Amino acid sequence: MPLTPVLTKRFGTNAPWLIDNYEALDGYVALRKAFATPPGDLITLMKESNLRGRGGAGFPTGMKWDFIPKNDGKPHYVVINADEGEPGTCRDLPLMMNDPHSMLEGIIIACYAVGAQHAFIYIRGEAVHAIRRVTIAVQEAYARGYLGDNVLGSGTRFDITVHGGAGAYICGEETALLDSLEGKRGQPRLKPPFPATNGLYDAPTVVNNVGTLCSVPYIVLGGAAWHKEQIAPSKVAWTEDWNDRNPANKLNDPYGSPGTSIFSLSGRIKNPGQYEAPMGTTLRELIEMAGGMSRGHELKFWTPGGASCPLLTIDHLDVPLDFDAVAKVGSINGTSAIMIFDTEDSIVKAVLKWTQFYEHESCGKCTPCREGNYWTAQILERFVHGEGTEEDVDKLLDISDNILGRSFCALGDGAVSSIMSSIKYFRDDFLALVKPENRRAPEKTPVHEGGPLLAGATA
Amino acid sequence: MTSTYDSPSSGLNQTAAGVDTGGVETTTGPISGAGLSSNGRLTLLDIERPGDPGVFAERVRSDAFEIMARYPLGQTRSALLPMLHLVQSEQGYVTADGIAFCADVLEITKAQVAAVATFYTMYKRRPTGEYLVSVCTNTLCGMLGGDDIYAALSDSLGVGMNQTAGIPGEPGSITLEHAECLAACDYAPVVTVNYEFFDNQTVESTSELVSQLQAGNRPLPTRGAPLCSFKEISRQIAGFVDTRAEASAATASGAPTEAGVRLAIERGETAPAYPHDDAGTTAGTPGTTTGPATGAVTPDSAQPTSAHDAPLNTAESDPAAPATGASHTQGELFGKES
Repeated sequence: MPLTPVLTKRFGTNAPWLIDNYEALDGYVALRKAFATPPGDLITLMKESNLRGRGGAGFPTGMKWDFIPKNDGKPHYVVINADEGEPGTCRDLPLMMNDPHSMLEGIIIACYAVGAQHAFIYIRGEAVHAIRRVTIAVQEAYARGYLGDNVLGSGTRFDITVHGGAGAYICGEETALLDSLEGKRGQPRLKPPFPATNGLYDAPTVVNNVGTLCSVPYIVLGGAAWHKEQIAPSKVAWTEDWNDRNPANKLNDPYGSPGTSIFSLSGRIKNPGQYEAPMGTTLRELIEMAGGMSRGHELKFWTPGGASCPLLTIDHLDVPLDFDAVAKVGSINGTSAIMIFDTEDSIVKAVLKWTQFYEHESCGKCTPCREGNYWTAQILERFVHGEGTEEDVDKLLDISDNILGRSFCALGDGAVSSIMSSIKYFRDDFLALVKPENRRAPEKTPVHEGGPLLAGATA
Repeated sequence: MTSTYDSPSSGLNQTAAGVDTGGVETTTGPISGAGLSSNGRLTLLDIERPGDPGVFAERVRSDAFEIMARYPLGQTRSALLPMLHLVQSEQGYVTADGIAFCADVLEITKAQVAAVATFYTMYKRRPTGEYLVSVCTNTLCGMLGGDDIYAALSDSLGVGMNQTAGIPGEPGSITLEHAECLAACDYAPVVTVNYEFFDNQTVESTSELVSQLQAGNRPLPTRGAPLCSFKEISRQIAGFVDTRAEASAATASGAPTEAGVRLAIERGETAPAYPHDDAGTTAGTPGTTTGPATGAVTPDSAQPTSAHDAPLNTAESDPAAPATGASHTQGELFGKES
């Protein structure tokens, strides 16, 4: 599978963040093209391109734009979620550092399409280097006439405000981000109403991720078909095979999740980094690009899209990594942030640390998440210190079951992803940490019924 | 900790007494400094003191109004987060005075401000050192060495989470914290000093870094701008960024960031070229217009030379497939008649 730099194509060139250099490399060409097109047609373009939001949920961008009411007389807003903090995710900051103007160009096109005149870029506070870079880029764009009054003779004023956060993972949740942007505690709002009708300042609002908006200029230049065709060729064969084996759970459209994806590879590989390749590229191909595993041990577990996505194993090396296929095998494509661990890494310790993260970052609004993560973290800590019991494994699953789907927002669901998936695939790793005196009496040990549960076991 | 839900309509412009403690755990008796509550979490310093907005100079007030001007009329409360960074940049942490100042300027209650100030990690609740050293101990960095780095640092400095070695604010004073994912996993394990990155750290390299800071030196970050003090960086986070060349030109891009692009150039791989004008009517039939085979690399001599001797060859700069949009019709833009 080839690498296909589109969003990252300016990385490594001569100071691509300066507006002169950006313009020399097709910069702001898409904006001129977009302004010559009716806004409704731009929304149609985004719909036909099948672009899906890169923030993790994969919601169709064109549909999101289309939800914004037309001619309602209210101000509309575009808000950019640059609160990158999902563990493992390290793609939006490099994008903003290297190519801030492509994001700005995408933002102005989005504003034009949905009838907004003011956009807000919410950058996580710790990313002061990105705040600096984007703020200067915005100043350049004002000076060059891409922002301010009568942009490119359109008769319309566009403004962009850069807003620094203050350290709260929950603000990556779009409604919590809006509350935070309004100067409040960053806690999620009840949905509906959705931001499309009642967003920032109770006005219709589009909330898009950095990567999503960076994709927009290229789709405007290349067209819907150009974007839609960019999937890994192997995805088509995989889909046919999957549908043959799973007639009750078919994947209808192999092209339902197209475009390039910036895969952020980290962990036990030789050359970690940002690799842009078509959606549907497999981990086997990505690890090969990254020079293989780093210390000679076999891959054990990995996240396909950040810590909030259920873990996958060496059995999933050939799953096409896009929103549809990864969902079929029981995980989430998320932010395509791939953290790779090998057989020398303790999965129980990894899960403990992720759980402690969610415990710390739970906003406290809803009980299952606030209390549940407090308890699961304690139980996992017991395991790591050799004090866990066999019953604790079931207790972890029981508590997780009371968090999953019962939390106010997706943070709770994400928090139990690693717990539930690690027990699903590596229950024995938990049991191995249980001291003999804390094991169940032999007669109580449940016997696996039916087929083999462990990879490599014979039926 | 009580949870205050501060809806936009509640308590606005409230000036009555008795609002100081809303949203914040209180104890009886005077609080003379931050302490650890029974659950081990920090309580807010001096929260029972009313706070004096007047301790801030007039220039701070004008900065505050400059922040408010970034938001639409009538929506000035949006300025609260940057404004809290601003008061932190003056005093080194968020004090009762800072809370009173924000409340005063924004015409909201101190309870509303305190509720926000205690929610976010970056607002420090007691005096902070000249340098805030943050060690990422989230799973990936932690397992690749971050845990060891934090433990060694905590040991050598003799401080724990959010505690300061040296006199806060004095030269060389260091506040230690373990941070959640800092979004630089491809440079793991990472440490930041006042939020500037030091990549691929080891116990030894971080120890050396901290020794340098304590000795009054400022080692250059691996990526990002030269170091400044915690107060100065707080001011930048409030939106008053450092536009000096050495700060704004800092690359912040290392080998991992460019790994994919460099490999693509090495292998001669590119994204598919944009469709030619006459191919624009084939939307919905992916693969028929262009593909990797037709996305030939054609170096463009007009291209700026790479700072890393890695000139960018993109399909977009292919003279055979000009991407100038002015002449495209609407139908071509969408790939078919809409």
